[in-house]
Amino acid sequence: MTGMVALYIFMLAAFTGYEVIARVPVILHTPLMSGSNFVHGIVLVGAMVALGGAQTPLEKAIGFIGVLLAAGNAVGGYVVTERMLEMFKTSGARTRGEKRTA
Amino acid sequence: MPGWFSADLAIQASYFVTAVLFIMGLKRMSSPVTARSGILWAGAGMAVATLITFLYPGMSNYGLILPAMLVGGVLAAWSGRRVAMTNMPQMIALYNGMGGGAAAAIAAVELYRGGTEGYASTTLAVAGGIIGAVSFSGSAIAFGKLQGLITRSLRFSGQQMLNVLLLLAALVLGALVIAHASVTPAVVTGFFVLALILGITMTLPIGGADMPVVISLYNALTGLAVGFEGFVLNNAAMIIAGTVVGSAGTLLTQLMAKAMNRSLGNVLFSGFGDTGAAATGEVQGSLKPIEASDVGVMLAFASKVIVVPGYGMAVAQAQHKIWELCQLLIDRGVQVRFAIHPVAGRMPGHMNVLLAEAGVPYDLIADLDEINAEFDTADAALIIGANDVVNPVARTDKSSPIYGMPILNADKAKNVIVIKRGQGAGFSGIENALFYLDNTRMLYGDAQKAAAELIQAVKAVG
Repeated sequence: MTGMVALYIFMLAAFTGYEVIARVPVILHTPLMSGSNFVHGIVLVGAMVALGGAQTPLEKAIGFIGVLLAAGNAVGGYVVTERMLEMFKTSGARTRGEKRTA
Repeated sequence: MPGWFSADLAIQASYFVTAVLFIMGLKRMSSPVTARSGILWAGAGMAVATLITFLYPGMSNYGLILPAMLVGGVLAAWSGRRVAMTNMPQMIALYNGMGGGAAAAIAAVELYRGGTEGYASTTLAVAGGIIGAVSFSGSAIAFGKLQGLITRSLRFSGQQMLNVLLLLAALVLGALVIAHASVTPAVVTGFFVLALILGITMTLPIGGADMPVVISLYNALTGLAVGFEGFVLNNAAMIIAGTVVGSAGTLLTQLMAKAMNRSLGNVLFSGFGDTGAAATGEVQGSLKPIEASDVGVMLAFASKVIVVPGYGMAVAQAQHKIWELCQLLIDRGVQVRFAIHPVAGRMPGHMNVLLAEAGVPYDLIADLDEINAEFDTADAALIIGANDVVNPVARTDKSSPIYGMPILNADKAKNVIVIKRGQGAGFSGIENALFYLDNTRMLYGDAQKAAAELIQAVKAVG
């Protein structure tokens, strides 16, 4: 990837992120932050590549920590976001045969 | 296998699919109707990218990669399932810090190897390294503070100076690495140690109330660091996902700061947002207590009730009882709405999550702009564990630290019922003028017990 193309990708991705989030209601701020936290868990693939190419014991040790942390970011981010979003329902959905919380 | 097929093509195509799934997933997450499916889309994207990466040309050390993924993933899944909804903000901080640490680790592997090819690539590795390391240690401090492990906010004179010096020193070492002047392991180590310390000293002085904004900022920074390391590794999925989160996170941080009536600079460099920072003004009037049975009658015969929940309600785990009470009222024909201040709970939107957990449908929940005009027509405003967000001095008293913060106009309701543990001041330490108004009555006690009493009282009305 040449430098200029990389710069264009960076610019377009930045605008995409901005546009996707603009006009989001406050009600979803916490889940959305959690969701975007999950998305940067993609660092896992980078950590895998870094560890996969590690040669010395030091590189391997750091790479191991990197993959461990990245897996925590991705899995943890997914679990908590999913748990939060699962709970958002309208009163319509609730009355359709759902038991009421006592 | 046909001739045009290669592992590289499969990887690039998969990363492309992942990028599309991430962006569409985030888009779906920005509306409550589609939000649930959004995380599933993004999750599918993550699964595709992770699996295809095993085909990466020249990979070895599978004996290390798999156990690391397993240990990190299982620990995170276990903790993520267990965490209470009230503790969600610090959990997000923790996972975010792990991402930042991973980005820094990628940079460290590249730099210890002796730098990457070309100045541009090494510069990005260094930039991603410092941002990731700051996000890692800073998020750890944020987690410690919100979890109650770190209770004091460390402040001393010259603190900003120290932070600036730390940053400069880290940048100088980073520049040395970039210039290939002296890429010894010691320089690289010093660079990362300084960055980690900077994250700690930057975050320690920030008070608990401002922490959500800081967590959101670190979330954006981690995204940026991931994007930078993506350039270093020539990995399109990381570049796009990281940059999208970087900019979305920056916008989200600004929205949160605005909802709290603070600027970002103010949050990072002032030190308000901590208990005891506020001056207390004198308030006229007296506190007038009321019995649960009287409140029950009042609510049962009201035509419209607005509930204002605060973090105190969540701490007492009263949201389930409150919703039970509201269902009784709704069955009697009372119009019930929940009014959520942008900073109710620990971060914007947190209270919505807590109410959703109790089963409150989100169409009964209104935010500040929607609901404020409705208080005039409400027979009762029921304040549970909320304090500063309904304090009318924010509108009137210029000397108050919360002056100018948008508040819920609960004082405009015909009757105001405040459920409160005791007579103390709120999170900011400011006396609440609302409690002393003529139309306000105080119902003292634990929010959960008070709600249970109110349920009995409403049932007794028959």
